[in-house]
Amino acid sequence: LSSPKSSPLTEAKGSSISQLWPITLIIVTTTLIVIRLLYVLDRTGEPPRSSKDSALQQPLSTLIVLGSGGHTAAMINLLSVLQKDRFSPRFYIAAITDSLSLQKARLLEVTRPDSMEVTSSSQFMQVYRSREVGQSYITSVWTTSVALAHALWLMLRIRPQVILCNGPGTCIPLCVIAFLFKVMGIRWTPVFYVESIARVRRLSLSGLLLYKLFIADQVLVQWPQLQMKYLELTMLVASCNWFTSAAAMAKLNFA
Amino acid sequence: MGDTEATVKSKKTVFVTVGTTSFDALIRAVDTHEVKAELLRRGYTQLLIQMGRGSYIPTKSEGGDETLAVDYFTFSSSIADHLRAASLVISHAGSGSIFETLRLGKPLIVVVNEDLMDNHQSELAEELADRKHLYYARPLTLHRVIADMNLDSLIPYHPGDATPVAKLINRFLGFADD
Repeated sequence: LSSPKSSPLTEAKGSSISQLWPITLIIVTTTLIVIRLLYVLDRTGEPPRSSKDSALQQPLSTLIVLGSGGHTAAMINLLSVLQKDRFSPRFYIAAITDSLSLQKARLLEVTRPDSMEVTSSSQFMQVYRSREVGQSYITSVWTTSVALAHALWLMLRIRPQVILCNGPGTCIPLCVIAFLFKVMGIRWTPVFYVESIARVRRLSLSGLLLYKLFIADQVLVQWPQLQMKYLELTMLVASCNWFTSAAAMAKLNFA
Repeated sequence: MGDTEATVKSKKTVFVTVGTTSFDALIRAVDTHEVKAELLRRGYTQLLIQMGRGSYIPTKSEGGDETLAVDYFTFSSSIADHLRAASLVISHAGSGSIFETLRLGKPLIVVVNEDLMDNHQSELAEELADRKHLYYARPLTLHRVIADMNLDSLIPYHPGDATPVAKLINRFLGFADD
């Protein structure tokens, strides 16, 4: 930007331009952020690398968020069939109010065939919950901030390449930070959210949030009705009815 | 039937469970004469109730001629043992109780708590009832469901397999199928 030289109004114009600078800066920055955001929203749900990638067989550091109770049991069930050499090292996170889940994860790690590797390839941590059941909304503003800050700290330490999570809301702060990392270009971490088997016709609040806000790359549901309901909007929701056999999975279309 | 030894041999227990919550409407329903009479008619001899935090106390009974033996407790760490010993399970709609019972291969009637707002749990019970893995009832229809049920028509439930999910995650991340 150059100001006209011969005009007597140069000084006045110069000052008006210098006043415009901050606004221009804000507009440019906002535009860049919006473009980046649109790019992230568009890319979310797409496989992160092509299947002909040479770095393909490299293991991925994996963050596993354990929900509690039945959610943890479902996650452990899934982990027991995932290839441990591909998803390594593994970082387990449970809510600070939930001591049982990490015990179960430790048990799973110990009973894996290569239990020698346990200490080197898996870690166990706890995270604050943004909201406990029945907590008031005013205090949950504070607790949510704490949970987000804590999630940021954990995510900076772990820097996972994959996040596997399910309900209830324990995973939300961590997934939000993962989304911000995507926007800021720090790290592209695909997020898989497995919806509870108890959800037949409607997504849970966590599932709905992660799905609607494009935070999860894949929301895996266990009933075809649920997939049908959300299929028209995007292909993010893939049916993983654990009742059906693997043959039925051939119909899946997510690539 | 009148023979004591035969009665002991043919001891058939109905186990009622409400989980960690309270579900007085269900306890009240199983404590009614209609439900008890219907259970007796179907050949059950014992009624064991896990009543959780509920405030309605069912009437205990020693059982005997033409009556059902009724007993109750609030909580137990050995719910699994009670499920295993039961010939019929009547449960609240919690997914934990449902799947635990189905995995043990026990006939199950799920009673939905209509007092709960936004009760997504009824979705699961309805769906599994449609697939004939269990019977679905409300507290007021329980006696009719017991009267009409045909346990032989129930289809055994096979626990879910997470392998397809693992496969999907692998494929998404670019790992080759093995």
